[in-house]
Amino acid sequence: MTTTPARDVAARLGETFADYVPSLEGRDIVAIRPSYGLMIGGRERPAESGATITTIDPSTGAALSEVAEAGPADVDAAVDAARGAFERRWRDAAPRERSKLVFRLARLLQDRAREFAVLETLDGGKPIRESRDVDVPLAAAHFFYHAGWADKLQYAMPGMRARPLGVVGQIIPWNFPLMMAAWKLAPALACGNTVVLKPAETTPLTALLLAELVDEAGFPPGVVNVVTGAGATGSALVDHRGVDKIAFTGSTGVGKGILRALAGRDVRLTLELGGKGAHIVFDDAALDQAVEGIVDGIFFNQGHVCCAGSRLLVQESVADDLLGRLRRRMELLRVGDPLDKNTDVGAINSHAQLVRIREYVEGAVAEGCAVHQPQREIPSQGFYYPPTMVTDIGGSERIAREEVFGPVLTVQTFRTEAEAVARANSTRYGLSAGIWTEKGSRILWLANNLRAGVVWANTFNQFDPSSPFGGIRESGFGREGGRQGLEAYLELTPVRP
Amino acid sequence: MTTRTPVAKTYKLFIGGAFPRSESGRTHPVSDRKGRLVAHVAWASRKDLRDAVRAARGAHGAWAARTPYNRAQIVYRVAEVLEGRRAQFEDELGVGGMTPRAARADVDAAVDTAVYWAGFADKHEQLVGGVNPVAGPFLNVSQVIPLGVCGLACPDDGGVAGLVGLIGPALAAGNTAVAIAGGPSALVTSTLGEVLATSDIPGGVVNLLTGDHAALMGWLVDHADVDMVDLSGVAPEARGELVARTAENLTRSACTEGREDLATIQAFCDVRTVWHPARI
Repeated sequence: MTTTPARDVAARLGETFADYVPSLEGRDIVAIRPSYGLMIGGRERPAESGATITTIDPSTGAALSEVAEAGPADVDAAVDAARGAFERRWRDAAPRERSKLVFRLARLLQDRAREFAVLETLDGGKPIRESRDVDVPLAAAHFFYHAGWADKLQYAMPGMRARPLGVVGQIIPWNFPLMMAAWKLAPALACGNTVVLKPAETTPLTALLLAELVDEAGFPPGVVNVVTGAGATGSALVDHRGVDKIAFTGSTGVGKGILRALAGRDVRLTLELGGKGAHIVFDDAALDQAVEGIVDGIFFNQGHVCCAGSRLLVQESVADDLLGRLRRRMELLRVGDPLDKNTDVGAINSHAQLVRIREYVEGAVAEGCAVHQPQREIPSQGFYYPPTMVTDIGGSERIAREEVFGPVLTVQTFRTEAEAVARANSTRYGLSAGIWTEKGSRILWLANNLRAGVVWANTFNQFDPSSPFGGIRESGFGREGGRQGLEAYLELTPVRP
Repeated sequence: MTTRTPVAKTYKLFIGGAFPRSESGRTHPVSDRKGRLVAHVAWASRKDLRDAVRAARGAHGAWAARTPYNRAQIVYRVAEVLEGRRAQFEDELGVGGMTPRAARADVDAAVDTAVYWAGFADKHEQLVGGVNPVAGPFLNVSQVIPLGVCGLACPDDGGVAGLVGLIGPALAAGNTAVAIAGGPSALVTSTLGEVLATSDIPGGVVNLLTGDHAALMGWLVDHADVDMVDLSGVAPEARGELVARTAENLTRSACTEGREDLATIQAFCDVRTVWHPARI
């Protein structure tokens, strides 16, 4: 267990910790090719237009590889391949054989976990500790969990006959590239759908490597197709008349656009969008543990987390104590090379995102908020932003209302449970919330009154394939994981007795 | 002398992760279809049964405490290892009288059954348990819990699939097992221990006894530290008397016959309901 250092030793510790010896994960385990094509119908091919995009290592800004940029013709070919595979092979495959293929994919991913972790960190900038201990194991677990559902779907929704939807277009974000691919692919495949997956333009590499594993596992060609590209590629997929369902994880703005584009069409939709999660700390909480939870809630993955606990709400009577501990803890966070196993906060995913985060914090200062950042140097090369705490917040400032998607925490105080709930709910979002108190009935009362799809109590950022994840209100609809998550990939019709 | 003398295997019991002979010193001769002796298989006694129950009880706490995901992966590993040793099982099933085609189908079924139950280890709780909408300010949750030590009468003519068909759901649900089979399944029952011993299954979680249901099941049903018996492999006319004897300790009894469905895993589970206030 980590405990927050006492006040007098914090500064000294800060210096000592700054002096640590780097422990770099070797990058030679993964061979990054100079260029990658699209994966369509089991074959790799360039975009019809020949267009490519460069994916970079955000920790240095150096180019990693060129990937094809799919246009409408390529998306069309991918949807065709998925349709053919659905109708000829996958829809009617024995559930047991589907199950064994998904299990096999989970095992192959576990076998090559280290390679995926390094590639994820290189392409996305997240600390190797996180890609190694969270992203890759969770991705494998999602495949393993859903594999078991493939031949048990008759139990998922009692009284209903479960059939696959058909061709599913899946558009995923850059914050958890492999994990989001797994969250999307695993239930879709287990339920008997075929997929066209569109990874984010800044982080396409692990999805492409995963497509190779899909092939190695022995899935029929065309069951999983990967079209790389940016927003236009995603739009082409949404606009394609051959898809039966779109699953999107990303910003609320883009999600709303997809909903508008699909309006009036017979296409199913699930959206996992942004959030502005409240992290509520009561005066009876175990404060050191709460500090660890707050740090994990907002600085995990550089704050590029839709369910981040980005709004700290602390009970007035312990605010000074808690914030003091939090500041001291922030001094100890190591911002630096994502491949260094000591790194706590890695590189911001892209230059564009770095600019957005800077604008939000500068805006907060202009609106009269106070900004606290640790006095540690951050690397001068690459895209980095220090852990940041913003206080003197009224509640109407942009930084208090909008999703920053960076390592930036806002702080407000409250006196009563009712006030905590009112502040927590004063957002259009509704993805996650955290509660820290030793009193169980208070946890459950709050959970019943918070408008959030996921509530963590005395912990934060816990994920499991058996636990449904997703938002309410403007954080989207649909769930991923658990029995409930299967519904998003099934057509259910009543079984007549 | 130029012909090589093959080294024949001694078919033993599997108790607590080790391969002992029967403490009684008894064995049972197994011959192939042409009447040639293949092996003397260890024949379990009442004392072996008690040792097996003790091993299963000792292993239960740690096995039940593992995450369902971890148990799922371990049961899946059984399928992987079993698939890799299919040739040996097919040979031994042939000795027991199966045609090559039937033996192949039996091993196929056994491997797929292990995969099926691996996939159930982290599913049944969501299907059987859940949150109950009680009329008051409470969180009321029903959790699915394992029964404990399960005594499994596996069919003597069920091959490897008959064994895995009962062991699979018992393990997926978090129980430990004492499985018994003899007759034509004696050789594969003993050999399955070698698969389990190399599959990350902790010692004692599954114990395999080759012997007679008629002799062993009565002792198993009477044993006060056995929580459940599956009588699938017991002759139908003998089941009634055994069920009557379960009344002494209220040992659960079932006859799942290797069916792959939700009812089977429910036979290996119990329910615990937890109440917690949700009002400030």
